[in-house]
Amino acid sequence: MIIDLKKFITAERPYWEELAAQIKRSQDDPYRRMSYEQIRRLHYLYQRASADLAKISTFSAERSIRDYLENLVGRAYAMIHATRQTPVRFSPVKWFCNIFPQTLRRHWAALALSVSIFLAGAIFGGAALIADPEAKAILMPFDHLQAEPSERVAGEENASRGKDHLRGVKSSFSARLMTHNTRISIFVLALGMTWGIGTVAVLFSNGVMLGAVAADYIRSGQTAFLFGWLLPHGAIEIPAVLVAGQAGLILAGALIGRKSSEPLSERIRNAGPDVVHLIGGVAVMLIWAGLVEAFFSQYHEPVLPYSIKIAFGVIECILLAGFWMYAGGKISGGSDLWQKGSKRKEALDE
Amino acid sequence: MSERTNQLRIRTPEGVCFSLLLAGPVSRCLAWIIDAFSIFLAIHILISIVSRLGILSYDLPKAIVFVLYFTCPIGYAIIMEWYWNGQTLGKRLFGLRVIDIRGLHLDINQIVLRNLLRAVDSLPMFYLLGGIACLINRHAQRLGDLAANTIVIKEAKAIQPDLNLILEKNYYNSLREHPHLVARLRQQITAEEAGLALQALMRRNDLAPEERVDLFHIIARHFKDKVAFPQETIESVPSEQYVRNVIDVIFRVQR
Repeated sequence: MIIDLKKFITAERPYWEELAAQIKRSQDDPYRRMSYEQIRRLHYLYQRASADLAKISTFSAERSIRDYLENLVGRAYAMIHATRQTPVRFSPVKWFCNIFPQTLRRHWAALALSVSIFLAGAIFGGAALIADPEAKAILMPFDHLQAEPSERVAGEENASRGKDHLRGVKSSFSARLMTHNTRISIFVLALGMTWGIGTVAVLFSNGVMLGAVAADYIRSGQTAFLFGWLLPHGAIEIPAVLVAGQAGLILAGALIGRKSSEPLSERIRNAGPDVVHLIGGVAVMLIWAGLVEAFFSQYHEPVLPYSIKIAFGVIECILLAGFWMYAGGKISGGSDLWQKGSKRKEALDE
Repeated sequence: MSERTNQLRIRTPEGVCFSLLLAGPVSRCLAWIIDAFSIFLAIHILISIVSRLGILSYDLPKAIVFVLYFTCPIGYAIIMEWYWNGQTLGKRLFGLRVIDIRGLHLDINQIVLRNLLRAVDSLPMFYLLGGIACLINRHAQRLGDLAANTIVIKEAKAIQPDLNLILEKNYYNSLREHPHLVARLRQQITAEEAGLALQALMRRNDLAPEERVDLFHIIARHFKDKVAFPQETIESVPSEQYVRNVIDVIFRVQR
């Protein structure tokens, strides 16, 4: 096709400029509501620019105009095909009480795998410590766990007996725990991108450490202290890490794509929103665990009887299990955002 | 194995194709440096505000500082990319934008995921893993981009050429006396070649005199090799004028 470029540009430029202005207005204010007439006009301008691009593409000699039009059509395409829907008010309560537990149940196999890996690590850690107590420094490389459990228990109980040993540092201690644990959980999730190898390794090593600690304290006859110390915050913290592992394994599953005919990008696109919901839920759980650990777990007998602490932990476990199993009702096909993604895909396919 | 290019080609449902220029690791790294500096600045401003709470409590400001050091680096990118449609301060300065791999705008899940996965991209230090992934991947995606189905593009600021600067409206062009050869020339010359010649003409006054002569001599010889016009038409025409004539017949059709 041979066209008079200058005449073509002169005739079409006002439309291009109008389209560019429309795009800019929408970029400046993503929540701008357009009237029906404005939407029709936008669609007309987009189609006209697309037609101009098609026309100029057959005309071999103008690179910069083609670049300009490609840029314009690309921006308009993104705006028309993926305009964020009318802002839906995000309800944190609805999300946490419905979407998060539903997502968790929908991927129960990944959660079961995460729990299994962690338990395998715990059994290995416990067995290794019993078989070779000298390996303590390797199995749980933390200074405060190297002493004999009975010595530590005596120290902790003595500290509790005097004035509040955490006075004036509780908030910062709690914040440090929350941020540290959330960082670890994000790391566990992110390692899913190593085809799950990193996620499995971190879950297993955490299991090893917990198993070794538990075996060490039980072996020394400090079972009540162990449960009283770990259960109040561990009842939430450990499941949170397991859910992070679940998210990492979902990501790894999408990467590997076993028994799936979908391309990698689609598998990941489908898994992405669920992974985000899970890690969001993990963050909320870890905030609670951080508060409990700083304000409750660190107080021992005689200030706080172990029976109360254990009962508190057990109640948390029961509530958490009930929440995971029943909250949000029946599992739906996916979260709203996931459905939006699918609808968008269907619209594009059409 | 997929071919690696610096462009992503997208075909719209209307059947029109357009290309997006992918951002390279260097420009992304520079944008990241700006962002890291912005985060550092934001944290320190917030800490100086929070430290005033120390009058009321010794512990609370420390707790807030811990939270700030954790949330600011993640929150900065998520909030900025959401409100600025895929841009942070650094990306905006360098004309970069994060978009969906299908050319669409991002949704919040994609933004959150790609930023959470910085945890693995930044391993073992200074985004080495992410950088390597970016170099290997055909769409220059780091692992976070791969997981979120996003790409980082360089926004093209296309400038429309002003032909009036180089071509007068009614000037005589000897090539036009051979319309069949002009048609063949228009067919033979690629968009890249024509664009290059046009750029050379538009920037001719910036060139040193000797280089200007050499450059137009090379371009003219290239065009002459493509289509041979009669010797009497071109023998007295200097190389630069010849290139102008070629550009005139390519860009302007006279009716």
